[in-house]
Amino acid sequence: MCTTCGCGGNDTLINGMAVSRRNLNRPSNRNGDAPSAGRLLFRPHHHHDPAPAAAAIRRVQVERNILAKNDALAADNRAFFAGHNILALNLVSSPGSGKTTLLVRTIESLKGRVAMAVIEGDQQTDNDAERIRATGVHATQINTGKGCHLDAEMVGHALDDLPPLDGGVLFIENVGNLVCPAAFDLGEAAKVVVLSVTEGEDKPLKYPDMFRAAQLLLLNKCDLLPHLSFDIELAESHARRVNPDIRIIRLSATSGEGMNDWVAWLDAQRTTITKRT
Amino acid sequence: MHEMSLAESVLQIIEESARTQNFQRVRTVVLEIGALAAVEPDAMRFCFDAVTHGSIAEGARLEILDKPGEGWCVDCNKTVLLCERFGLCPECGGARVEITGGNEMRVKDLEVE
Repeated sequence: MCTTCGCGGNDTLINGMAVSRRNLNRPSNRNGDAPSAGRLLFRPHHHHDPAPAAAAIRRVQVERNILAKNDALAADNRAFFAGHNILALNLVSSPGSGKTTLLVRTIESLKGRVAMAVIEGDQQTDNDAERIRATGVHATQINTGKGCHLDAEMVGHALDDLPPLDGGVLFIENVGNLVCPAAFDLGEAAKVVVLSVTEGEDKPLKYPDMFRAAQLLLLNKCDLLPHLSFDIELAESHARRVNPDIRIIRLSATSGEGMNDWVAWLDAQRTTITKRT
Repeated sequence: MHEMSLAESVLQIIEESARTQNFQRVRTVVLEIGALAAVEPDAMRFCFDAVTHGSIAEGARLEILDKPGEGWCVDCNKTVLLCERFGLCPECGGARVEITGGNEMRVKDLEVE
């Protein structure tokens, strides 16, 4: 379990409203109440009636991938994006790497030219969605409760809330966490990992799954480099060690340096999506 | 990794199997977890017990089969054992190793009644 991030709850909210999770449709033998993993953990122990006489025991072959359901829902999301020529990007990072500031700056760069929307994932609050909405762009806030990552089902629910976005870009800002979101496909075209230079150069080695899963690494807050001992070449070599194919862009959402490279990358990805149809 | 979500997915798979295979209780759950799948077996056990409480798998024994990590070393031109993701080749020390096994995360089979 993610004991560090306290994940595990099912009390997901979208724009503050509870959503029924399909995976909670469990048999009615769960004492009749809606299960929530957080509560299940602390449910008082109770004793059961003596077991009935042993029934015949048999073995059942299952052979199923544990992530199969998420992967199937991610495929649904991916089909939706393909059907509408939407470039969907899954932005992942540690908390505090500057993802929301980067998004606000990116929206300013693309506004008027590209249709955009944002899905914000956080355990609590809609502060990030509010910051996006202040730019005039639609933002749907998913509050995962105790959950430490977005999954394909949450994103699928949030898609119902989207304005028409044909040919546009959907930014999915995942919960700040470099561990859990790596395994959960949301149906995105690419994962973009944001690493700020105020963090350690060895983050790619400490959290290799995430850097391995990403197509693009944005090294953010580069305007601060003169004040830090951060060795940017070392950070890049660590990222390339776990993912030799990763594209790396150095930028600063605050000063604007490198933003043109990031916007050019986005345009190139959009062209790829449009050409596919 | 996210063992709580994984444990919930395991329970779903069990409950779907119960409907199609017609059983009421689960005695043993056998998972196949690769050494490189980034799943902590102890965390998985803890979450499995929590998630299955009150379900048809309550009290079931969780058996976790390890699958060794394996990679193809481009420089040695052969399959080598890997103890960690993105680890170096144990024979030549090189980094050009593609993971070929040990990523598994499967519900293999169940003992039911």
